[in-house]
Amino acid sequence: MSRLLVCPPDYFRIDYEINPWMRRSNVVDPELAVRQWHRLMEVLERDVGAVLERMTPVSGLPDLVFTANAGIVIGRKAVPSRFRHPERQREEAHFEGWFRDHGYEIMTLEANLYFEGAGDLLGFPDGWFGGYRQRSEIRAFPILSEMFEREILPVELVDGRFYHLDTCFCPLSGGELLYYPPAFDRYAQATIAERIPAGRRLAVTEPEALKFACNAVCVGKHVVLPSGCPETMTWLNHRGYQTHAVPLDEFMKSGGSAKCLTLALD
Amino acid sequence: MAAAQETVVLTGHIIDSLILAKVLDTILMMGGTFDLQEVAIGKTRNEPSRARILVCADSTKLLSDILRAIQPHGASVEGESNCQLQPAPADGVFPEDFYATTHLPTQVRLAGQWIEVDGIEMDLGIVADQKTSRVRATPMADVMRGDPVVIGRGGIRVVPLQRPQERDVFSFMESQVSAERPHGHIIADVGKRMQSLREGHRSGKSGHKVLVAGGPAVIHAGGRDALTWLIDEGFVHVLFCGNALAAHDMEADLYGTSLGYGFSAGRVVPHGHEHHLRTINRVRGIGSIEKSVQTGVIKAGIMASCVRRGVHVVMAGTIRDDGPLPGVITDSVAAQRAMRAAIPGVGLALLVASTLHAVATGNLLPATIPTVCVDVNPAVPTKLADRGSFQAVGLVMDAASFLRDVARELGWKG
Repeated sequence: MSRLLVCPPDYFRIDYEINPWMRRSNVVDPELAVRQWHRLMEVLERDVGAVLERMTPVSGLPDLVFTANAGIVIGRKAVPSRFRHPERQREEAHFEGWFRDHGYEIMTLEANLYFEGAGDLLGFPDGWFGGYRQRSEIRAFPILSEMFEREILPVELVDGRFYHLDTCFCPLSGGELLYYPPAFDRYAQATIAERIPAGRRLAVTEPEALKFACNAVCVGKHVVLPSGCPETMTWLNHRGYQTHAVPLDEFMKSGGSAKCLTLALD
Repeated sequence: MAAAQETVVLTGHIIDSLILAKVLDTILMMGGTFDLQEVAIGKTRNEPSRARILVCADSTKLLSDILRAIQPHGASVEGESNCQLQPAPADGVFPEDFYATTHLPTQVRLAGQWIEVDGIEMDLGIVADQKTSRVRATPMADVMRGDPVVIGRGGIRVVPLQRPQERDVFSFMESQVSAERPHGHIIADVGKRMQSLREGHRSGKSGHKVLVAGGPAVIHAGGRDALTWLIDEGFVHVLFCGNALAAHDMEADLYGTSLGYGFSAGRVVPHGHEHHLRTINRVRGIGSIEKSVQTGVIKAGIMASCVRRGVHVVMAGTIRDDGPLPGVITDSVAAQRAMRAAIPGVGLALLVASTLHAVATGNLLPATIPTVCVDVNPAVPTKLADRGSFQAVGLVMDAASFLRDVARELGWKG
């Protein structure tokens, strides 16, 4: 059973611009956003069988909906995020409060050491990858590595459109990987190629990468991804994954999609 | 040497992620160099690795550019302390725990900044001026009560010599001393250096002076004409000597003898032993060597050429001196100060046939100045090396032969 933390989009809108996707002029349709979010939840609960933990939305914190950035949770330990942008720093207390209220052991990073949670820390059971340079700082990873006794290979993100690791890198339960190589510098590309055999990696095409094909939620053999990514879905289907395309265009206006809207709790 | 350097530390899973490779590549691509001082690789996949990297650059600006470029990849400047200062308790006395210098380039950290120590030479103390942020190597005799003196060892770093770009005998800066080694290539390299230093000096570049420190054996052995020619041709800019070299050089001009031994007669001439005394007396009567040359009493030779060519001469006296000649500094601390003042700008030092002047000059020279020590007695270059001037190339050969060979390399027809 997989538990995911989510936050309803009651207050979701574009109030500021902190990534290349966000345009204040590109107004969110609130009703459509709510419909798309509920559709995603329906797929996750009914089709995928995930258990959803719903946070209470907070007025004035439009990006609280992107719970992937709440922090990182391993077992009963949680490390809340330290956001780079002041606009999102106001979310920190709410995420930390949720972890505390739900009995997690909170481990904190020093102030000003930016780390944006599961948005920048993803991986396989035997080793993790940490995205840095855009949002999280590389210095956070040795500390997290020590906390969780896991290897964390830092990978540099070089394209502002793919500002979190989870926008261009999606590890799958069978050890495969969806990723968009040009989002990484050549050292990171070499590191990824060294760790994941070529036959188990899909280098997503640019059009599908820009649809956030890699911002997918993988639970067992189910993959929930934004609609408009047929090539990625075909590749996944050939490898035995059941794919679920969900329209999430309203959230793309903010630079987020399926994965950004969830945080794996187990 | 590298003008600027900083030690950085990189930790985490830096090997398989190629972060260490990226940091090292970045340093090199930006024009810096590095010394990987320590790499501790994690024993298991989960255990982190750690690297200490000394980053070197030609300028502080380039260093800070490099540091700024590698810091986002996790390279953090190693925490270092400022140097400790303590006021000198009295004039001419350092605090008990004063830091004694080497003659290698040295930097101290003051208020978080690494500052190059000016006037570095071995066996001095370091005095800091916190107002101007200047730091100077200072002899014991020159320290004033209350001067802030660097103590202990923290916040001080000595920069190892880097191999010079020119590939010649000085590239290795090591003082192997042997009478059996061929001298030809060393003399050829000295000649090449002197040629390029003369060009640099003529075009007004600093650090292009040639210093000769010589003893009277230069005259006795017959090196006078060659050294005079080198001075006349503008290859020598600073001369350190004692009373004797100057006295016998001028004796040769006035009497044709050196310590009474006739150059052309090839034997001791009658009453020759008095010649150097009469020479000294004559110059004392005139008042100075300069005036003796200007009035035409002393017509040719080393001292005459020095006066005509404006060579900076420092004559340091000893207890056994006759006279001495006017201009000889008899207070040894004052003489040391005068020699020290003449060192800045020197780019090559030739220490020829004088134990006393070779060791005294060697003590004053920073290790960055290429140095040749020439003596028929292997004990002299050995003694110089034993006293720490490891950069001196030792040549066991007769002073006159050395000066003639070098002069011939440079076009002397004598």
